[in-house]
Amino acid sequence: MGTGSDMYRQQILDHYKNPRNYGELEDPDFTHVGENPSCGDTIKVDIALADDGETIETVAFTGDGCAISMASASMLSERLRGMTVDELDALDTDDVTEMLGVDISPMRIKCAVLGRQVAQDGAKIHRGELDPDADRTRTED
Amino acid sequence: MGVQEQYPFDVEAIRDDFPILERLVGGDPTSPGEDEGDDVDLVYLDNAATSHTPDPVVDAISDYYRSYNSNVHRGIHQLSQEASVAYEEAHDVVADFIGANGREEVIFTKNTTEAMNLVAYAWGLAELGPGDNVVLTQMEHHASLVTWQQIGKKTGAEVRFIEVTDDGRLDMADAEAKIDGDTEMVSAVHVSNTLGTVNPIRELAELVHDHDGLIFADAAQSVPNRPVDVADLDADFLAFSGHKMCGPTGIGALYGRRELLESMGPYLYGGEMIRKVTFEESTWEDLPWKFEAGTPSIAQGIGLAAAIEYLEDVGMERIEEHESLLAEYAYDRLTDLGGVEIYGPPGDERGGLVAFNVDGVHAHDLSSVLNDYGVAIRAGDHCTQPLHDELGVAASVRASFYLYNTVEEVDALVDAVREARDLFA
Repeated sequence: MGTGSDMYRQQILDHYKNPRNYGELEDPDFTHVGENPSCGDTIKVDIALADDGETIETVAFTGDGCAISMASASMLSERLRGMTVDELDALDTDDVTEMLGVDISPMRIKCAVLGRQVAQDGAKIHRGELDPDADRTRTED
Repeated sequence: MGVQEQYPFDVEAIRDDFPILERLVGGDPTSPGEDEGDDVDLVYLDNAATSHTPDPVVDAISDYYRSYNSNVHRGIHQLSQEASVAYEEAHDVVADFIGANGREEVIFTKNTTEAMNLVAYAWGLAELGPGDNVVLTQMEHHASLVTWQQIGKKTGAEVRFIEVTDDGRLDMADAEAKIDGDTEMVSAVHVSNTLGTVNPIRELAELVHDHDGLIFADAAQSVPNRPVDVADLDADFLAFSGHKMCGPTGIGALYGRRELLESMGPYLYGGEMIRKVTFEESTWEDLPWKFEAGTPSIAQGIGLAAAIEYLEDVGMERIEEHESLLAEYAYDRLTDLGGVEIYGPPGDERGGLVAFNVDGVHAHDLSSVLNDYGVAIRAGDHCTQPLHDELGVAASVRASFYLYNTVEEVDALVDAVREARDLFA
């Protein structure tokens, strides 16, 4: 068997069917939306920071997409709590696949990392490092 | 049993010509050509994207490179003459295949998309302007949709779309309303690559010809699998791609009525397409070479002719019959499964493909699980994003059949779809 069935282990299916932190925050410090148009995957991430302006206090997301993108966003929403924005910025693709705990087939990596990219780009826009109009978040070619 | 007995030809004998159908899959896809870890039978149902290449076609291409590889139209030496004759005669084979009046009406292009762009630029930029309109269908492939949309922006011509009915057919009342005295071109897909609908090109041709406009038939999904005759369709232009019909990639053909092609200026300039060049002026070669600038895809053109000869040996009517048999069988079995939404008209009225979604399973997840069972299908928007918007879905999966596919392969598809549905339930 290839990576397909392995990708849909219990944990992934559980997060897909029962996404954690699904919804919107009333007063987020920043909000960002990303989309992979060819998949139709869309994810919006809301993040509220602690008083230090650095530590992520609460995370919520909404979205529509495949099991990999939704489960990844759900797991990330749990993972991000307590992290600093710098730590969020440092998360790479390996961190995401490690978090998912399964081998992601090469064609599906873009699904797995969309949530992370949305959170990172949202933080960059919040810090004024990214132009929200010029740069649309997407993780596919 | 039963369905196999209705095969119009010996499918197993056909499969012997396609060694790739024997391979296993399941290993590491980042190491192409290595079979380590491959352990499930390939069930290839992605023929609307690209078809496989039978040995006689591979041999024809290989024979060219091994025996008479040379540039065309310029050498006096024997190899160049042999290559020129084979390449030119490939145009004759295509012309005969689609009922064109000789090689002058057949231009080799890279693919259907390039053929569409050739007409859009060489004819459209010269002929279209504000007040004119180009009429497409809502089920156009991006090859036609994006091309005419952008030519419309350049010229000021309006681009209109004939609506699709709820059951996936072209709304002919809407066609009659949208095609009017200002319509210069109707560009319509013959067989929809998403809905499987077989569109009434001849009726559309009548409508637009009554208004002195032209019609371009995108035949990428029809020429490979059914008899297509440009005179029967009354098409002014028609295009298709070699790689969807047992030929190689990098070759396609544009049919154009001779007087239209003669009236059009070149699309690409350069070598091979000129007759006389000075520092100030150039004159153009005769048809079809006027539209084939630069060294063409010689081996691929010869391969396309070999593919046509292969398909004609089987018989286009019989290929159509076989595809319809599989499409109807797949339509019925997927419908019986439950929780499957199939797009387009009923099973007995469609080309050989079935696009669908399974309740609660994203198309890409479905495709990943099917891949695990060796089933290769397309997942995504199939280059018809606006049509998917109309259908209210971001993506779908599509199984598409060809002459070498079997009832057992459709069964493997249905079994894998059931597994995926249960996994996500």
